[in-house]
Formats: sequence, C-alpha cells, structure tokens
Amino acid sequence: MRRLRERLIETVLFFAAASSVLVTVGIVGILVTESIPFFAHVSVIDFLTDTQWTPLFENPRYGILPLLCGTFLSTIIALTVAIPLGTVAAAFLSEYVRPSAREVLKPILELLAAVPTVVYGYFALLFVTPLLQKLIPSLGGFNVLSAGLVIGMMIVPYVSSLSEDAMRTVPNHLREASFAVGASRMQTAFRVVIPAAFSGITSAYILGISRALGETMVVAIAAGMQPNLTLNPTEPAATITAFIVQVSLGDLPHGSIGYQSIYVAGLSLLLLTLCFNIVGLYLRKKFQERE
Amino acid sequence: MEANQDILANIKRRQFWDFVFAMMGLMSLLFALITLLALIVDLAVTGVPRINFDFFTNFPSRFAERAGILSAWVGSFCIMLTTAFCAIPLGVAAGVYLEEYSKKNWISHLIELNIINLAGIPSITYGLMALGLFVYKLKLGQSILTAGLTLGLLVLPIIIVTTREAIRAIPNTIREASYAMGASKWQTIRYHILPYSSGGILTGVIISLSRAIGETAPLITIGALTFIAFLPTPPVEGHFPFLNFKWLMDPFTVMPIQMFNWLSRPQPEFHVNAAATGVILLLMTLIMNGGAIYLRSRFRKKMKW
Repeated sequence: MRRLRERLIETVLFFAAASSVLVTVGIVGILVTESIPFFAHVSVIDFLTDTQWTPLFENPRYGILPLLCGTFLSTIIALTVAIPLGTVAAAFLSEYVRPSAREVLKPILELLAAVPTVVYGYFALLFVTPLLQKLIPSLGGFNVLSAGLVIGMMIVPYVSSLSEDAMRTVPNHLREASFAVGASRMQTAFRVVIPAAFSGITSAYILGISRALGETMVVAIAAGMQPNLTLNPTEPAATITAFIVQVSLGDLPHGSIGYQSIYVAGLSLLLLTLCFNIVGLYLRKKFQERE
Repeated sequence: MEANQDILANIKRRQFWDFVFAMMGLMSLLFALITLLALIVDLAVTGVPRINFDFFTNFPSRFAERAGILSAWVGSFCIMLTTAFCAIPLGVAAGVYLEEYSKKNWISHLIELNIINLAGIPSITYGLMALGLFVYKLKLGQSILTAGLTLGLLVLPIIIVTTREAIRAIPNTIREASYAMGASKWQTIRYHILPYSSGGILTGVIISLSRAIGETAPLITIGALTFIAFLPTPPVEGHFPFLNFKWLMDPFTVMPIQMFNWLSRPQPEFHVNAAATGVILLLMTLIMNGGAIYLRSRFRKKMKW
C-alpha cells in the first residue's frame, strides 16, 4: 500500500517536470503548423529576399528583411550599451567591492530587470527621445536609437549578474598567484579572472542577446512600427516583435494570411534566438574543454 | 638607483590605472542606478498627481480626466490568481521531482536542458502559442483563463529553478535523519524538505508573480482588448452553489495593456494617465521584488544547518 502510494506520487511529480518539455513542444509545434500554409502563398525566396514587408496592404509584399534589419539594429544598439557597462560593473563588483557592499548593490542593480517593459517604453518615448532630440535636433519622435538605448539599460543586469556570478566562482588561488607575480588588480581582472570565467560570461552575453532580440514593448512604443529597410538608427523602424504586436491589436480573422504572417515572424524570431543559443552552447563547451 | 626609480614609476602607473578602472566600475554602476532613478522620478512627477480614489474606481473613458483603471486592476488581479493557481503547484512539483527523484538519465538531462532553453525564449512567442493553442484549438477564447494559463507557462521556469535552489540548500543529514526514523521518501519531502525550503520557494513565487503582473506582449498577442468598460462576472452569487467560475471565460484587460493603450494615443492628457498607471505598476513590482530580496537574505541568515 505504501509502496503503491510512493510510486503514484513519483509518477505525478514526473509528469509535472515533463510538462516543461510539453511547453517547448507546444511552442515549436504551433509556430511551425501555423506557418506552413503561409509558404503555400509566398515562396521562400521572396520571403528571404524581398525588401518590403507590407502583408496587410492591398498589394501585399512579404520580405522579412526590413523586420530583421530593425531587429538587428535595435539589438546592436542595446548590446553596445549593455555589454561594456555590464562587464565593467561585474568586474568591479566581483574584484573591487567589499562583499557586504556587493550584497546591497547587486540586488539594486537587478531591480533594473524587474521594471515592467511597458514602463521602459514610456521612459524611451517620453524621456529619452526628448533628451536625445536636444543633442540631435533632426531626430523624430519615433526612432530605433532611443528604443535600443533603453533596451540596453534594461539588460545590463542580465549581463552583469551572471558575469559576476561566473567571476566569483574563479578560485581565489588564481588571483593570489597573479598578485604574487606582481600583477595589479586590473591586470588580474583582465588577464586572469575574465579569461577563466569566460564560459560563464559568454552565456551571460547570450542571454542578453536573446532578451534584446525578443524585447517587444519598448520597440513597439518608441520605435514607430514602420517596416523600414535602413541602418540609420535615427529613423523609425519595426522589429519582428513590434510587427506581431501591431497585427495583434487589429482584428485579424483566424486563418487569413495576415494571421499566418505573425506566426512566420514568430518562427523567424525563435530560429534567430535558437541560433544564438546554439552558438553560446558551442562556445561554452569549447572553453570548458580548454580549462 | 635608476632601476629602483623605474620600478617605482611602474608601480605608480599601475596604481593609476587601477584607480581609473575602479572609477569606471563605479561610474557604470552609478549610470545604471541614475537611469533607474530618472525613470522612477520622471514617472512619479507626471503620474502621482493624477492618482486619486476615482482613478481606481472609474472605467476607461474617451475623456482623459474621467478615465480610470478599474477594469485593468481587476483584470490584473484575476489573471494573477489564475496564473498562481496553475504555475505554483506545477512548478514546485517539477522542482521537487528534478531535485529529489530524477536519476541521471537522458530524460532528466533533456528536461534540464529544456528549462535552461525556455528562459531564453522571447515572451511574445508564448503569446503566439497561446493564440494558436488555447484560443483557437482548445476554444478557450480570449479569456482570463487563457491569459492566466499563458502567463503561468511563462513563469514556470522561474518557479522550477528557485524551488530547486531552495531544495538543494538543505543538507543531506536532514534526509538521512528522516529516513532513519523510518519515514518514506514522500514523507521526508512532505514533512521536512518542503517546509524547510518554503522560504526559497516563496521568493521564487513572488518574483514570478511580479514578472507576470508587468508582462504585456503575450497578452496583446492572445487578443486582449484595450478598451473594457465592464467587470468580469462576480465569483459569488446568491443561490446554490454560491460560487461560479464564469469569470474565467470573460474578456479582460490588464494594467500594462491599459498603460500601453493610453501611451499610444497622441494627446498628452492620456500620457498622464499612462504615467499614473505606470507608477502603480512600478510600485507593485518594486515592492514584490524588495520583499523577495528581503525574504532571501532573511532565510539565508536564519538557516544555519
């Protein structure tokens, strides 16, 4: 009787754990099955090479390039903010600051990641953009620049927290050895601790990249939602996620090509983040073998 | 003598660069904190004067000064309830299984890899999945139930990971002592592991709910309406069986969506409303996160095994 009960409980708990796999299967399954009919209408070559994305217009064009361009542009701007800032903050917290101060500073920094994204959208549109307009008078009300900068600030804690964790797991005898041969604190940080923690720092960067690629509300609010094939960050543009939001706000009939187009966009986004995750996994493996 | 001076100069130079780097570190921390402060102050200056009792009890309106967030906060509350109800049992059970039962085989390896991967999936893809699966395949409609399930699945990895961390912190001696008294595995978990890890689990639950309350994109994707001037069906009624769950199938709006809606209008009066909603949202997430940080540090100090 007791054995049976134990088995039963174990089985129930196992199914709870396995349900997380079902979530992934659900996401991939739905995105793929809803995207397939789209490619009966639009050839894959058009999809990848057409320079216009106007699926809801009279003469629809289905080229993903403008959306990809907007997505990469905002991600690159975000990373040029988040990676230097996050890494320096992490090195500072792990190598310079007393543990007691670190216990206070780190959670405060993490609050940056807790702020709802729609609030960041408000901040980008009504605080950062007017501020930037004072520096660049030609800047429009909607632009990728301020959206990217704000996303960058938002992902700083993702980069710094994980990097700092990785740096702190570097054993102290490595630091002591470095100090013993006469290296300064900064030299130790850059030549010993950061290389030794590289696999962890890489995964922090990868998480930051996936966050920036998938960030939705900031770009939907502040970047203007206009599919625009440009590399100029002062112009409005649309990202993959902003397009999905824009279409979802309207009333699209289930099964129409507009409905399918958001799944195609979502699938592209998923494949993009998946690529980065695989690269991250590969880098981590490679550096772990070397250690 | 000259060599000595060389060394001294070298040390000076390194001390200088050390100092420069320390300043850079301090500056980047300060920059991040000042940004956070600027965001809070900017929002508060615009939004706080707008917050009054009527703001909480009015429905959204075409007139900015008469509009309120009644349907939004009720919607947020109902969805949080549904999210908690579906994510907490599932997440805690999964965490317990992975930490206490799972053997090192390919299934548990797959589950662990999958949970790491889920953390990197953009939240909007959860919304697309929910639109296809819950709204159209399972015909749950654009309802509170759909929204609660979507956010529940979204925060599941957070609860699983924090539950595992909390359980991992319990030393093996506790388990061995329990087994030595003749307790079964489940009894050990039920009467020892779960109570001792409840602080850590609670931290995870609070963080995941604070994430859920601010989440906007997946709810827009499942087709949440941006203008709702009615409340869900009350859950209590005057006749048998006194409780009903019709509210689960009602349409909804939530505070972030209400804020987004006001923000995307051109008139500045509506931006004030958006700021006021933002203040309330920010206050709730910061209080929840602060509470989680406090709980974490308290339990870390109290638990000296």
